[in-house]
Amino acid sequence: MNDANPAVTRRSLLSRLFTTDHRDLAILYFFLALAAVVLGTLLSLAIRIHRVWPALAFPFYGVPTPEQYLAGVTMHGTLMIFFVLTVVPQSAFPNLVLPAQVGTSRMAFPRLNAAAFWIAVASFLVLLAAFFVPQGAPISGWTAYPPFSAIVAAGPGQGEGMDLWLVSILLFCCAALAGSFNFLVTIVARRAQGMTYSRLPLTVWSWLVSSALTVIAFSALLAAAGMLLADRHLGTSFFLPAGEVVNGIQQRIPATPGSPMLWLHLFWFFGHPEVYISILPGMGLASSLIANFTRRPVLGYRFMVVATLLIGFLGLGVWGHHIFVSGMNPYAGTAFGLTTIAIAVPSSAEVLTWLGMLFRGRMRLTTPMLFTLGFISFFIAGGLTGPILAQPALDAYLHNTFFVVAHFHLVMAMAGVFSVFAGIYYWYPLLTGRRMHETLGHLHFWISLVAAYGTFFPMHFAGLAGEPRHYAQLAGPVESFASLIPLERGITYSALLLAAAQVIFLFNVVRSIRRGDPAGENPWRATTLEWSPILHPIIQSGPYAYGPGAAPGTDFLPQWESTEISRKGPGEWEALPKQE
Amino acid sequence: MNWLPPNGALHGLAIDHLLRWNLAVLFWMFVASQVLLVAALLRRGASSSAPGPARPRSFAAVVLVDVLPLVAITALYLWMVFTSHKLWAESRESMAAPHAIEVEVTGVQFQWYFRYPGADGVFGATHPNLINAPAGNPLGLDPADPHSADDIVSAVLMLPVGRTVDITLRSIDVIHGFSIPGMRLKQDAIPGMTGHLQFTPTVPGDYPILCTQVCGLGHYRMQARLQVVPQTVYDQWLAARERALAAESRP
Repeated sequence: MNDANPAVTRRSLLSRLFTTDHRDLAILYFFLALAAVVLGTLLSLAIRIHRVWPALAFPFYGVPTPEQYLAGVTMHGTLMIFFVLTVVPQSAFPNLVLPAQVGTSRMAFPRLNAAAFWIAVASFLVLLAAFFVPQGAPISGWTAYPPFSAIVAAGPGQGEGMDLWLVSILLFCCAALAGSFNFLVTIVARRAQGMTYSRLPLTVWSWLVSSALTVIAFSALLAAAGMLLADRHLGTSFFLPAGEVVNGIQQRIPATPGSPMLWLHLFWFFGHPEVYISILPGMGLASSLIANFTRRPVLGYRFMVVATLLIGFLGLGVWGHHIFVSGMNPYAGTAFGLTTIAIAVPSSAEVLTWLGMLFRGRMRLTTPMLFTLGFISFFIAGGLTGPILAQPALDAYLHNTFFVVAHFHLVMAMAGVFSVFAGIYYWYPLLTGRRMHETLGHLHFWISLVAAYGTFFPMHFAGLAGEPRHYAQLAGPVESFASLIPLERGITYSALLLAAAQVIFLFNVVRSIRRGDPAGENPWRATTLEWSPILHPIIQSGPYAYGPGAAPGTDFLPQWESTEISRKGPGEWEALPKQE
Repeated sequence: MNWLPPNGALHGLAIDHLLRWNLAVLFWMFVASQVLLVAALLRRGASSSAPGPARPRSFAAVVLVDVLPLVAITALYLWMVFTSHKLWAESRESMAAPHAIEVEVTGVQFQWYFRYPGADGVFGATHPNLINAPAGNPLGLDPADPHSADDIVSAVLMLPVGRTVDITLRSIDVIHGFSIPGMRLKQDAIPGMTGHLQFTPTVPGDYPILCTQVCGLGHYRMQARLQVVPQTVYDQWLAARERALAAESRP
């Protein structure tokens, strides 16, 4: 084991828990995400089972009511998007490797960073509390459109449950903002000597962009959630129009009526960048891992940096494609359609680059590489329906159908989760000094891949048939989607298999802590600095110096090692040619 | 591609055509990309992987492999957007047709109401404080307004075939999603705002109307029916409703 690794040395549980060490925090974030993903997955399975066997009583529970179904959907979305797809790529992974990758041993603001974690925990606990208040968790979906979310009488769960949901979101925004400020300053100010911007790994570029997006997007959500709470309790009317009658009862008439449209814009101004916050780190990781496992540099490093920056920048201007059919000005629909197509171009460019990289060098088919291929596969599968949904004319048919559910579960959830698995298999030795079991990893990958496609691909067909989201039952009084039940059952069986396959992963994680093969130093023969045995290196080379001739006698040049020409003396490193 | 429900609207043919070729092109792009991924997976043991000094690529190779696919994909996306914008502009960026039938659609948990202006062609005023569904006034029609006396409120959307209809969209509680899959139509009813939608049903028949924006525990059963009928049947239906209304208001 590597004694220089602070996480490996034995310390008391208490000192690990109340720590400002970023690697300890990474582990704590993983536990938070694990709790959320277990709960979120169980909820999704309950949802799936209830859809296809609506009369089935759950043991010790009974048959879910429609409001319990919607509460399940709402909490599934909230848990997965915030506490899994944001927490792992945008909190756990950067805490694990970001400081090392820029060549520093500590974060810019370690205490702020630790505070971010504990605020996220508080947010999680407040969210869970919504299950236990009278009438239960909110039922208005993770998008919480007002007036549904603003008026207690609009449905069960919209009272205390909704309040708790909003407080949880407020807390999560604070955590995300605090964490991202720290990452931004760490990247800008704490880079090692010689770690120029053009020597940053693409993961760090991704975190730079996703942290900037977090600061902008979560600020909007923070404001929106605060305003909605004020509408509910302080008598304001940001989102409340005049003349509301709910359940036959006239609601408070606001002095100056507001509009639910404001929430739609604020929410999606957050909601769309959020997609990039959770997927950009995975994109950076994919580039890094393909370079490593094909032993070739990233194709067009600068081009990839520009694509990442463009995705981040354009990502701030596409939110309107979520609300094409809201009655927004149709010219705005046209404009947002164009910006959305524009963002498909740098995204396609990255995909084409990865595909090109796969055919250079010799690919080592390790588990992290497999999951990277899976990430690309899902990113393409979900991404390709993007240009369809970017067209207002087609969205006017497909909006809020299962076609959209298929789209975002493939491009955000499955691509996101597969890149999370790639990262965990890849970085596991950093935390344990051991590798995870390869055969179990391959098994986990193949079952998950097949089951994930089996779960989400058929949803396209249900969506084309017009099946809407958020339906507690498929058979309604006029239209019945009961003919889709065989298809829907197939989806449910696949979802059960997908969830079951994760037991292999959890078993692998636990068994490998003690019984995994010792990894040694730099088990993947990687170039980036998280594998560096040196604490304060001077950087003289780019992040992807792979390939024949990268260094004498070997096919890679780690960033912490000196090239021959560099042995001139301190202070002269600026003059050296940059390698990419 | 038989998944789509039968189309019954004038603009629906073009929408279906657009959706079909978009799906076909993107599906084959999906297949091609997955074949590439599998090929990369199988290729790892190939002899071409022997290490050797990387050859600098020719300018032609760079253009062919890197630039051309991206340009082609961009052109494809732009073509999709422009062809589709034509349809969007025709249906949404235009004023209501002058002789369109006017119907007001109101969403309320968990019911759609359809109001016809009656013989005078003018919708009567409504007030939120007059809303009283049990007493038969779910929309809050103002009896003091002479225009409201002949307003017909229906739970079924009855439309004559071949006539353009101009829908005014309202909600009195939360956001609802007004959707008629068979008419390739969807727009949210937002409280505090009135939306407009126009379309022309061309095929007689029954079409389900759904709510597509989660609106409460009864969201899944917030459904109604559109009946597209010949003009004569429509006229008879309207006349019958007017007579019933007149009989009702006479004590």
